[in-house]
Amino acid sequence: MTNGKVITVKNLVKKFEHFVANDNLNFDVYQGEIFGFLGANGAGKTTAIRILSGLLQPTSGEVIVAGFDAKKYPEKIKKNIGYMSQKFSLYQDLTVNENIMLYGGIYGIRKKVIKERTNELLKSLQFEEYGKRLISSLPLGLKQKLAFSVAILHEPKIVFLDEPTGGVDPMARRQFWELIYEAASRGITVFVTTHYMDEAEYCDRVSIMNDGKIVALDTPTELKRQYNASSIEEVFVKIARPNRS
Amino acid sequence: MKRFIGFVKKEFLHIFRDFRTLIILFGIPTAQILIFGFVVSTEITDVDIAFLDLSKDEVTQNLTDKFCSSGFFRGVDNLHSYNDIDDILKSGRAKAVVIFSENFGRDLMSQGKASISIIADGSEPNTATFITNYASAIISDFNKDFIKDGSESRLLVQSEVSMFYNPELKGHFMFVPGVIAYILILICALMTSITITREKEFGTMEVLLVSPLKPIQIIIGKVVPYFILSFINVILILSLSWLVFGLPVKGSMLLLLAESMLYILMSLSLGIFISTVSKNMQQAIFISLVGLLLPTILLSGFIFPIENMPKVYDIVSSVLPPRYFITIVKSIMIKGTGFLYIWKETLILILMTIVFIGLSVKKFKIRLE
Repeated sequence: MTNGKVITVKNLVKKFEHFVANDNLNFDVYQGEIFGFLGANGAGKTTAIRILSGLLQPTSGEVIVAGFDAKKYPEKIKKNIGYMSQKFSLYQDLTVNENIMLYGGIYGIRKKVIKERTNELLKSLQFEEYGKRLISSLPLGLKQKLAFSVAILHEPKIVFLDEPTGGVDPMARRQFWELIYEAASRGITVFVTTHYMDEAEYCDRVSIMNDGKIVALDTPTELKRQYNASSIEEVFVKIARPNRS
Repeated sequence: MKRFIGFVKKEFLHIFRDFRTLIILFGIPTAQILIFGFVVSTEITDVDIAFLDLSKDEVTQNLTDKFCSSGFFRGVDNLHSYNDIDDILKSGRAKAVVIFSENFGRDLMSQGKASISIIADGSEPNTATFITNYASAIISDFNKDFIKDGSESRLLVQSEVSMFYNPELKGHFMFVPGVIAYILILICALMTSITITREKEFGTMEVLLVSPLKPIQIIIGKVVPYFILSFINVILILSLSWLVFGLPVKGSMLLLLAESMLYILMSLSLGIFISTVSKNMQQAIFISLVGLLLPTILLSGFIFPIENMPKVYDIVSSVLPPRYFITIVKSIMIKGTGFLYIWKETLILILMTIVFIGLSVKKFKIRLE
């Protein structure tokens, strides 16, 4: 890790045949930071996340995640990151304990350690009694919190959250963000994409993508000042649809 | 390896927790064996046939009696000229006409050959096949008696080999290989394609791909439980057909099980391939059912004999894996032949497995790009 940087992206380009999904991206993400990644659908967010998490190879440019080059060592990156997707990522027909055991096992944590962490986790989320319940029987807000906790069970350096709070009510979203803060305070870097502009305000820094390019990157306060806007939502509208506003 | 075992365990949990999956896995094979064994009978009895005896001698009389006393046929009429054939078939009073040529007995004695024609009502092709098969069996039987007297006969050539190995003409023998073939392809291809597309649909596949598990581990981990359960199914079907219908395995049991493993492997790779080309579970189910199950039942020789199909269907059927597996199982179970006689079919199944795995790997890579 260089100077507390956990993600370094230099001149990243990703082309699909003739379509350029990521057009010369440049940014750094620091340890313990909550980094918001905004953009309209099709702006190239998902492609970027896939490259950062070792699923896709970049066409050109330099990508270093958790100290490893994404071109050469995608497998090493995978061991050091957590991931939670917009679609729900736990198994509905398995119990809470079984899900935790499965993901813990996949990341090579020893059984004893998994059990300890499961107990801690359930206690901190205040649902000890849910351990033997099937995931499908839990309310969505709880599932989401649980999915996040499972994604950071192996104490990754970075956790990628792809629209983690889709379809969740505001109250549950707030609680979810408390978990994110808590993880960040433990030194886990949180890389999050979201549709909810109020959530963008919670991030330490926000980048906004448009047509495969990063068009703005700064703290929420600074962005609002630059674009003379009262909220990130306004900033976003001004950037994404400059002709209409 | 530890990661992998945990992953396989999870796949078993999916299966045992879903009642419907369990029914498909074990309920359907049991029901199929019993239904086909007891209800669907492909045997024929008392089919109405007519005779046109232009020779009217001792030999033809003997043969006529043999037909009528076999229990499969009932003589309804004796015709007098070729002109009557059309009428009796059209009216439906007889399903087939057996014609003895003129001087039948005399030719047989003097030249050692005589010709007999069987004209069957082709509007019911299936029945017609059975009639001609059964009739040839009876004639071949007659030949054997005749040979004992020291003469030779061209008629021997006409007998159907399959009848020879199934002298009691039991229907059960025909369907067991077919049921094994299509149950296995149903379970392996349908279930694996569903279980893989389900991960895609629920978004868990993404999480797995981002995890340290390698794609190949994910696929194998998902397929291993179905391999084991399908193999248990083979044993279940074989024991059921042995216990309930008294159908033994004539050839090598080891060879039969080994060939079954190969076929299961082929079906699993086919299932993986289906999952790579389908976007969601519905599509996977549709492709498996319409693309696999129906052709397997209709075209692989399970119910309708391939020899009886128009050329076009024969060609279509030659790309269906069950066709070869049915041949293999029939050879081992009923004829008791060894590997030398089925190496061609085995090779075809191996090639198919390689092709499906190759295509899946290619597709999988393209999708990730």
